[in-house]
Amino acid sequence: MTVSTKKDHQLVELFLSTQANLDKSGLLIELKSAAKSSLDETGFPTLKEEEYKFTNINKRILDKIKKYASPNTVNNIGDVLEANQLFNSLEGYKLIRNNGVFEAELSSKSDGSFIVKPFSDLNSDEVKEIGSIETINKDPFTALNSYSFESGIRVEIPEGAILEQPILLVDVISADANGECVHPRAYFHAGKNSQATVIEITIFLDESPVFLNEVQEWNIESNAHIRHYKLQDGHKAELGVSNTSSNLARDATFTSVLLSLNGEMLRNNLSININDTNCTGNMYGIYMLNGKTHVDNHTNVDHKMPHSESNELYKGILTDQSRGVFNGKIFVRKDAQKTNAFQQNNNILLSEEAILNTKPQLEIWADDVKCSHGCTTGQLDEEALFYLRARGIGKESAKSLLLYAFAGEVLDKITHETFKKYCEEIVHERLGAIK
Amino acid sequence: MLSIKNLHAAIEGSPILNGINLEIKAGEVHAIMGPNGSGKSTLASVLAGREEYEVTEGSVTFKNKNILELSPEDRAREGIFLAFQYPVEIPGVSSTNFLRTAVNQVREYRGQSPLDAVKFLSLMKEKMKLVEIDQKLLSRALNEGFSGGEKKKNEIFQMAMLEPTLSILDETDSGLDIDALKVVANGVNQLKTKDNATIVVTHYQRLLDYIVPDFVHVLYKGKIVKSGTKDLALELEAKGYDWIKDELSGATV
Repeated sequence: MTVSTKKDHQLVELFLSTQANLDKSGLLIELKSAAKSSLDETGFPTLKEEEYKFTNINKRILDKIKKYASPNTVNNIGDVLEANQLFNSLEGYKLIRNNGVFEAELSSKSDGSFIVKPFSDLNSDEVKEIGSIETINKDPFTALNSYSFESGIRVEIPEGAILEQPILLVDVISADANGECVHPRAYFHAGKNSQATVIEITIFLDESPVFLNEVQEWNIESNAHIRHYKLQDGHKAELGVSNTSSNLARDATFTSVLLSLNGEMLRNNLSININDTNCTGNMYGIYMLNGKTHVDNHTNVDHKMPHSESNELYKGILTDQSRGVFNGKIFVRKDAQKTNAFQQNNNILLSEEAILNTKPQLEIWADDVKCSHGCTTGQLDEEALFYLRARGIGKESAKSLLLYAFAGEVLDKITHETFKKYCEEIVHERLGAIK
Repeated sequence: MLSIKNLHAAIEGSPILNGINLEIKAGEVHAIMGPNGSGKSTLASVLAGREEYEVTEGSVTFKNKNILELSPEDRAREGIFLAFQYPVEIPGVSSTNFLRTAVNQVREYRGQSPLDAVKFLSLMKEKMKLVEIDQKLLSRALNEGFSGGEKKKNEIFQMAMLEPTLSILDETDSGLDIDALKVVANGVNQLKTKDNATIVVTHYQRLLDYIVPDFVHVLYKGKIVKSGTKDLALELEAKGYDWIKDELSGATV
């Protein structure tokens, strides 16, 4: 049993006291009250807890955030979106959230291949889905989100729908200078034989301290294929926790590509539950950190059934006093024979003060499986650098060529051309600035 | 063109080169031979500017410039080319992109305008023929998964693209079968003009049947202990390096 320290409970009380009656519809009251008791009981993780031992995010929240109620929404958000280069370059089904609140007017309307509903419109079956994949006891921040979210969305990609254009999930965030919290929440249901790409981006209107605590659930039916791309390129006062969970039915694929390029402290929890046979779970990530940015990626793939595979590749480039954490858990249950599970984490540290903690965690109970994992942490390859320089390429360009090649392996996993090009450009630009 | 005077160099405090003197003029081919550990590759590395080596004494001037003060990239831009003994595999960097960056940075240094994509590609096609390198290889990442022979051919191909005035071939022949050796040597010979020079560092006389040197130098314990014409290489081949070692120890006793 964990005994909550006074400090860690202080934050629980701050949240619970300020956000009593948020569920205006009352539909999700059961989830919210269960989340409240769970949070009250467990408190927030301290450094003593294995899962959060490198990432003391609750302390940062206490230090930096003064307002625990959700912030007001932003006026004239349409103008904001219009001014955003990335948003304008992307075409697709738009899902706009304004400080966590769904903006139906600015978002795309439902059609035959895309149905969006705010939580207030859910029917009783749909209500039960919320919190069924990312359960409140999985992570205290999931409990916090479940208690605190103001308006969530449920997105349905109907059976057989093949979305030619991506779904753009766009968060516009603006906080008070004292620091505020936003708890975005979404549930996606991908019907049988459907196929879609989701691109998730966040637009920050200011650099005020903000705590973004997102939960996203994915129910992926048989033979549905989902690609999920997320770009974290905020500012140096952004604190963030994201909990993303997906359930895969037979023959389904879920591919996640996460780019973490900025922030103060970010923690990303990604879970893929392989609940049936012939599924594919892909987890790819790149974290390119500078200043004092701290990014912690925890991934978990749970192979429950045979003949499925998972592929994981996370790469880090760390400079200045930045810190990276990678923890990759692969769980292969007794019944999950013939599983292929591969995991790789490679890091380049460009400064003396950058820190990286990496931990593969394999738990294999089946006896006929192929699993591999590997991690490397090192400096830029001096031999390769000299080779390029000996051909007349200047030191800075040689470095950036090598780093870009390193990052490129993950960027190549993005199949949406416009988004990929944008990501390549910002990665290039960032690498050019590394001395 | 190149003037090496009393060159001493060390790595991590242990001396490897102990007073090298060498003069190379335009149009000449010099072979540097010697037993393992005599300092051949160190000499090549020091000339190219590998930073692990510390020059403790002496001077190296190239076209009347003190190159010891120049970075490796500036030496390359001045016209020094090192064909690596072990070319590095660089995953993720495409051969074409790498070469175009190199060629254009060298051109920029020399005050020439950059080559556009079309001109670059036609230059590439022209030079590829020299070393019979397969175009498919160049669409791959730099040296990645190349065989030993392909890597060495790629070195000579890069040399052709960069048009150096001084080429240093560091054991380019090691590990090559005779067919690959002929291709590599043929490429080097075609690139030879009256204005450029070549240093061939080799362990075996065999290469010198195909790249005929004007001078042969024997390096031993970090010094040039004997210089001669290509006949010296044949003598070495016949008698082995012990002959030189014996002669030297005989002289000092």
